Amino acid sequence: MAHQINVFAQNQPGRLESLTEVLKEEGVNIRAITIAGVDEYGVIKLLVDDPRKAHEVLQREGFSSFMKEVIAVIMDDRPGGLHHICRALGNKGVNIEDAYGFVVQDRRTAVLVVEVEKIPEAEEVLLGAGFEVMSDQELYSL
Amino acid sequence: MHKSAPYLRPKTSHCVGTRIRATTFLYLQGHRIYIINVMSKDYWNPEIELLNREEIEALQLRRLKEVLERCTRSPFYREWFTGAGFDPTKVGSLQDIRRLPLMDKDTLRGEDPARFLTVPSDDIVRMHSSSGTTGQATVIFHTAADIQAWAELGARCMYMTGVRRSDVFQNMMGYGLFTGGLGFHYAAETLGAMVIPAGSGSSKRQVQLMRDFGTTVIHIIPSYALYMLEVFEELGLDPREDTQLRILLIGAEPHTEGLRSRVEEAYGADAYNSYGLSEMSGPGVSFECPAKEGMHLWEDSFLLEVLDPDSQEPVKEGEEGELVFTSLHREGMPLLRYRTRDLSFVYPDTCSCGRAHRRISRIKGRTDDMFIVKGVNIFPMQVERILLGILGVGSNYRIVLDTIGVMDEMRVMVEVSGELWHGEVRELKQLRDRIVTELRQEILLTPIVELVEPGALPQGEGKAVRVEDKREHMRGG
Repeated sequence: MAHQINVFAQNQPGRLESLTEVLKEEGVNIRAITIAGVDEYGVIKLLVDDPRKAHEVLQREGFSSFMKEVIAVIMDDRPGGLHHICRALGNKGVNIEDAYGFVVQDRRTAVLVVEVEKIPEAEEVLLGAGFEVMSDQELYSL
Repeated sequence: MHKSAPYLRPKTSHCVGTRIRATTFLYLQGHRIYIINVMSKDYWNPEIELLNREEIEALQLRRLKEVLERCTRSPFYREWFTGAGFDPTKVGSLQDIRRLPLMDKDTLRGEDPARFLTVPSDDIVRMHSSSGTTGQATVIFHTAADIQAWAELGARCMYMTGVRRSDVFQNMMGYGLFTGGLGFHYAAETLGAMVIPAGSGSSKRQVQLMRDFGTTVIHIIPSYALYMLEVFEELGLDPREDTQLRILLIGAEPHTEGLRSRVEEAYGADAYNSYGLSEMSGPGVSFECPAKEGMHLWEDSFLLEVLDPDSQEPVKEGEEGELVFTSLHREGMPLLRYRTRDLSFVYPDTCSCGRAHRRISRIKGRTDDMFIVKGVNIFPMQVERILLGILGVGSNYRIVLDTIGVMDEMRVMVEVSGELWHGEVRELKQLRDRIVTELRQEILLTPIVELVEPGALPQGEGKAVRVEDKREHMRGG
């Protein structure tokens, strides 16, 4: 199981900058980022090499930060890679609430991060279908 | 109907919409009958409106004695009098009322409202309530005669500004518990104008009604009058050209002289300021005459004291103080020495219109922290209680009253701290929706709720009231 950092942020110039500055100062490396915008506010979602440390420093700096469990699953970086994962989850009735991906090795390996309601069940489905699910440690060493 | 005849007030309420051509008529008041002579067409009720100071005060004293006698039938007032060592039969002058303690909203809240009644409860035909639906509300009960007397006062106000039977009156105030809607609805019918009971909102429909039925008079909250200008513009219409509006009755919300000028200019109509409060029945307590210099308080129905809010002593003539009213003419639930918390002063000179009923100034402010948005009275405590219930103690929030475009808006900014949020995006929407819903239920107004980052708001200190009023029309001018 992997962890993602969710940070509540107002939709204003400079908000992301102040957040990335904190992470830079603390030497936290960002693997992936996505922002779920709602209106005048949004949620910044970060996949980092050290989620625990990132969460702690963000909280210390006054951010409304939350460490959330997600599934990081390895997929092939070629046509159909994402489709296979979605089919496996869809067949078992697992609803994907949010997802994003990033490439680790060009045309070979990519990672899909999925948010689902029931993490253990979804993980079981993916493992049963032969996919590789990563822990924080494994993400760290990518 | 003889439109050229002197306009006389109807004898009784079932004559609504009719006008009597006569030289004298009967005026029924309680058990007394007055015979009155005729009268100028400039006054709705000349025999009352044209009383001189001496006559007004004589009438006040007579009615004060009546109302005090009436109050001895009320369980609350019997205790109130006993507690103060006050003998209502020993009142010989208007100043003697000062031997009674002041009462305020808390006095009303602390009691079962039925204990104020001076009539059997079967005689009550209507209740109105101020905003605050959960125990904070203040309730006023009315008999049929109270409703009629209130309508008469409203008709007097409207007639004074120039409203006549031939007018089409679109009432753009909320109907319901709020007194602004029903109060002037009855007043306009009593006067004999045609009423369009439009209520508030549905702005495009309002314009349609004005055009379809040739509306000449509207009763509207000032900030809504400004907002309606945007609606006219959107529709490609100019109220000066495309409506027959000639009189705007604006009230229920404090506003400046500057705002009045803007409204008058944009509508090409006269706008008249109103002051009333639900505890004194509602609109109809005081109103501007065509001189537009202060609002005539109908002193046949209300005994006014202007007091220093701290010492509770009368201020010097013409000085600013808190308005304190005694209802002289309400039978169901009279109120004696009721503190309004509204600050105003009385104009020392007499008005060019000929009425000796004294004029009060625009409300300068309040002695408590209540604020008024879109005609709704809101106490910060109401908002605080709801927010604390949702957010928990220690959460930071701020209430900002602002003018967005031309409308008053109430914004509630809430810091999203770790305790409130568990990382999910949808939680934030749920949190915001819940705050909006619960506040709306409490204050009968839909606020804008903004979620902000921790630390984004100034720190509230202890129980400090976290309200900021940035509204344009609350600033001077």
